[in-house]
Amino acid sequence: MSQEHNMRRVTAIRNGTVIDHIPSGQGMKVLEMLGVQSSTTVPVSMVMNVPSKKMGTKDIIKVEDRELNQDELNRLALVAPEAHVAIIRAYSVAEKLTINLGDEVVNVARCTFSNCITTNPREPLPHRLKVRGTEPLDLRCHYCGRPQDLDDLVHNLL
Amino acid sequence: MNKRGDHMTGLITMDDLTNEAILEILDDAERLLPVARGDTYLPLLQGKILGNLFFEPSTRTRMSFETAMKRLGGDVVNLGDVKTSSVVKGETLYDTIQMVDGYTDIIAMRHPRQGAAQYAQDSARVPVLNGGDGAGHHPTQTMLDLFTIRQAHGALEGLKVVLAGDLRYGRTVHSLSHALTRFGCELVLASPSLLRMPREIVDDLTAHGATVTETEDLLGSINEADVVYMTRIQKERFADEDEYTKVAGAYKLHANNLEGAKASMIIMHPLPRVDEIHPSVDGTRHARYFEQAFNGVVARMALLCRLLGVSVPADVPQGGEA
Repeated sequence: MSQEHNMRRVTAIRNGTVIDHIPSGQGMKVLEMLGVQSSTTVPVSMVMNVPSKKMGTKDIIKVEDRELNQDELNRLALVAPEAHVAIIRAYSVAEKLTINLGDEVVNVARCTFSNCITTNPREPLPHRLKVRGTEPLDLRCHYCGRPQDLDDLVHNLL
Repeated sequence: MNKRGDHMTGLITMDDLTNEAILEILDDAERLLPVARGDTYLPLLQGKILGNLFFEPSTRTRMSFETAMKRLGGDVVNLGDVKTSSVVKGETLYDTIQMVDGYTDIIAMRHPRQGAAQYAQDSARVPVLNGGDGAGHHPTQTMLDLFTIRQAHGALEGLKVVLAGDLRYGRTVHSLSHALTRFGCELVLASPSLLRMPREIVDDLTAHGATVTETEDLLGSINEADVVYMTRIQKERFADEDEYTKVAGAYKLHANNLEGAKASMIIMHPLPRVDEIHPSVDGTRHARYFEQAFNGVVARMALLCRLLGVSVPADVPQGGEA
């Protein structure tokens, strides 16, 4: 099934953001990370488990009238490090954003280990997660060194 | 860089030391033995102040840091009982460190929270020595352990080491396992299944090419071993007392168990012991745990010098005034 066919599963958007190449099953988490809830008023479309040459299957999200900023992109990286993000203006791709995790994710999420020093919300130093690998995503807390549970990390976003 | 411009900023995990640096520090420690024993007075750290910040109980680590500093002519200030310090008033670790940083030249710290030592190091300008952070790391203990092993076997390379007991919560074995495998030691991890070494540590060790065997059979591992490193089942690490009772006492060593051991095999323990090493072992040629505790002074002396940028002379007098 072609890429074009996948994209047509939902209507083209005039202005907003398209997030493609989300690992299958992670689409819901991405919505959660972006703060898209039942109270959200802008149109949001999601297709799940569509065929992908590169990934086998994938999820795609379109959010109308909203452009992701770099901060939101960094959050997205925690569940969909390979995602492609396009900003749409007047039905055309105006910008392609690339997720680049770098060596460290700073002040995006709090360490998932319950006995880490950073669990005290009054401690002022930044929350730092080191990127040990991207496939699969392997994050370790800079302070306690513990590997991060990615399912829990979604709930620890700052 | 710390506030004195020294190259080494602290010792949080064994990753902060190269193998070459480890051996240099062990050599420094060797030369400082007469000073640690009190046979030679060598005030290398005169005018320097150590801040001892122990947020959870410690006997050997705290006292040996204090002894090490004083044997080298330095001074020590203590946080004292946490219950009477600003900590109970809700002071953050960051603020405590800012204060102590201004009072001292170097900090030794133990904290119940994992990652606290790295956090302190990132908050301070003076070097921080990690004296144990939760179930995380205890690198100064590792240095005295390596010193004790090298003292007994002449070298660290190629030894077969059994780490036994609480490998899940025991921070001493977490730090030691990394260091031993870096010197090509083979590890046998003997523990009850509930207290196995954390998966991520075993994975890290094997990813770096280490030979690691996991077993529940301590006694069957003794005869081939060069070192048997026992640890206490730490009651304070268990949320559930029933769970503690189930595994406590599962690993007990008696002199009778050592009959087939190599003559050169040594038994170590970071202490305090409960009943995992029977007193009958104390009089055997294998027991090294009390020497090991003494070595805490000499290893920490060498570390204090290193982190404060003070060189240990090549010829430390063996007795009398230096």
